[in-house]
Amino acid sequence: MDAPSARIDIGHAAKDAGLTALLTFFLLLPLIGFKTVQNIHNELALDTRFPLLFVFVALAAGGRFVYALTVLPWRERRARRTRAPREDAARVRARIERLLAPGAIGFVIVYPMIVLGLAGFGGAVKWVDNFGIQILIYVMLGFGLNIVVGLAGLLDLGYVAFYAVGAYAYALLAKTFGLSFFMLLPLAGCLAAFWGILLGFPVLRLRGDYLAIVTLAFGEIIRLVLINWVDLTNGYAGITGIPRPTFFGIPFNADDDGFAAIFGLEFSPIYRTIFLYYVILALALLTAFVTVRLRRLPIGRAWEALREDEIACRSLGINTTNTKLTAFAMGAMFGGFAGSFFAARQGFISPESFTFLESATILAIVVLGGMGSQVGVAIAAIAMIGGTEILRELDVLKDVFGPDFDPTQYRMLLFGFAMVAIMVWRPRGLIATRAPSLFLKERKSIAGSLVKEGHG
Amino acid sequence: MDIFVQQLINGITLGSIYGLIAIGYTMVFGIIGMVNFAHGDVFMVSAFIGLITLLIVTTWLGVTSIALALLIVLVVAMTLTALVNWTIERVAYRPLRGSFRLAPLISAIGMSIFLMNFVQVAQGPRNKSIPPLVPGEFVLMEHDGYQVTLSYKQLIVWAVTAALLLAFWYVVAKTPLGRAQRACEQDQKMAALLGVDVDRTVSITFIIGAALAAVAGTMYLMYYGVVNFSDGFVPGVKAFTAAVLGGIGSLPGAVIGGLLIGLIETMWSAYFSIDYKDVAAFSVLAITLIFLPQGLLGRPDVEKV
Repeated sequence: MDAPSARIDIGHAAKDAGLTALLTFFLLLPLIGFKTVQNIHNELALDTRFPLLFVFVALAAGGRFVYALTVLPWRERRARRTRAPREDAARVRARIERLLAPGAIGFVIVYPMIVLGLAGFGGAVKWVDNFGIQILIYVMLGFGLNIVVGLAGLLDLGYVAFYAVGAYAYALLAKTFGLSFFMLLPLAGCLAAFWGILLGFPVLRLRGDYLAIVTLAFGEIIRLVLINWVDLTNGYAGITGIPRPTFFGIPFNADDDGFAAIFGLEFSPIYRTIFLYYVILALALLTAFVTVRLRRLPIGRAWEALREDEIACRSLGINTTNTKLTAFAMGAMFGGFAGSFFAARQGFISPESFTFLESATILAIVVLGGMGSQVGVAIAAIAMIGGTEILRELDVLKDVFGPDFDPTQYRMLLFGFAMVAIMVWRPRGLIATRAPSLFLKERKSIAGSLVKEGHG
Repeated sequence: MDIFVQQLINGITLGSIYGLIAIGYTMVFGIIGMVNFAHGDVFMVSAFIGLITLLIVTTWLGVTSIALALLIVLVVAMTLTALVNWTIERVAYRPLRGSFRLAPLISAIGMSIFLMNFVQVAQGPRNKSIPPLVPGEFVLMEHDGYQVTLSYKQLIVWAVTAALLLAFWYVVAKTPLGRAQRACEQDQKMAALLGVDVDRTVSITFIIGAALAAVAGTMYLMYYGVVNFSDGFVPGVKAFTAAVLGGIGSLPGAVIGGLLIGLIETMWSAYFSIDYKDVAAFSVLAITLIFLPQGLLGRPDVEKV
């Protein structure tokens, strides 16, 4: 049996739980124990919520007690067990991972049909729009940022700037010149890529966290300009009435020359939603495909080399300036695509949609997925965006916590918590293996910890 | 001229607050090389703790002396905020030490989102305003009906900032604790070999940073009289700018950087455009990092192979 050091020690666990209770009490005392409220004289007054405070304290202490009794000894045992390398399991996992991507692509292609079959015409819009399109936008943004962060190792906290450039480019050009979505899409991408180079140029010398902060500053500057340049962007009020995309010239409306009438269908808003779903799906797949192919080109190899060691790159004659700028431009271009799609889908944009929180969300998706791993990015986007969207649907919680309970207000709270928890649990992201683009005899996946990331 | 002097006074006040927050950034970056993204939100949390303590002290305990109330608020906010930051370091950053560079940054961003939304959920999204605590002012100059004033609360901000900065400067420069801190900054492994408890030193760094952020939070509450759950982000980024401008890792640099950022912001608002004051601060950050990455007082980062 186990060695004595792993025995269950109730006294120790109780002491731990007591200390946790004390800590939780003092941590939460001001913010949970009291609530500031406006009284009838419009002054601030205090309410107490001590029962709630004690619920939290009890939960923390109980959780810690159980943790100390169950998880800790288990982890100790696991750490002591020497692990034999399991070749078979690794091979099976590799095969599953190889089948995962085609399977997932097949699923997302038929997803609207499944939803249509299950929820009917009325109920399907929500599921295709909130879950399908919303998640795919973030998958696409994640893929785009993955080029910059995962491949080239350039930490970018202002990615939302390019998203905004794409969105405003589409909105303004479509409203002013009446150009169609598919004409403006490449144009918006080019404009965003241009901004990528423009913002990338001054920061070429910076590395790591410094680069992150400067890109954050650029992202905020662009947002503040969007807010304050009212003549062009209409400021906080945003741009309304952005033309919606058409089915290659056929509008999605109830008219005689609308999509439904021409194809002999009954009018329903679901057609537009499904069309938009396939557009963003195609864009996301395009991004993934381009990334996969680019990794095998000299420029992709140069990106990964740059991520591993910038000095070695320079010594070998790689032009680091061009390499970095192409990475910025490529990432920005896909951000611009996503932005113009976003503007076309919403029909309304305002600077509110392009806050730092969006950049942080996209970066979180890339890092939590395991940088450089496309499958990981997709899984992280589904988990983080789908997870927070699903909170809107949980009416069950109202039965538990009473009718005043509004789950949506806990969305971002849980989002932040999940970011911390996943990082602590798996610092390398959910998919922690990497497939090298160059190999000697056979393709083997390697541990993520052998790869440097986000350093340059 | 009078506008200039008035903005100078306002700028120094604002700059003191930024400087206090900047020290938290600069010390943490110096010792474990991470941008503690949640520090701005720790500042916001401290302002809320201060607000609630103030309400308890004035309305429940019936303390009428403003000086005593402020002192209690300051002490309570400093203690509890230090506890909060200590816990954050233990839970969110310590398990990631020695992991790859991005992990602590992402964890810190997650913590920042968590703190912001925690306060929003716990205390509501509306602005919390209190009546002015310290009314009254000195009139320094009068010119064509325009008065240049130095209010009592500005004076308090200056005095408290100066006193606490001196105290913490003494701790870092003269005590064994500060020596351990500087040793960890230079070489953690070597410091550990020589008997410095690195974990404890890092914890204390977070505690000091949080205590100074709590001073800033209390001063902010007293000076503006209003706080909101989203008030952490922009001051946080500006304080980080200040830390970078002064040279990251340098304590006097953080204070000088803070004062400069405060002055740039107020002068920009007075002479150019108040709408673009944040743009000015962020541009300073970008320009500094591009042309003077080591900051005013920092050491240049030598790249070794």
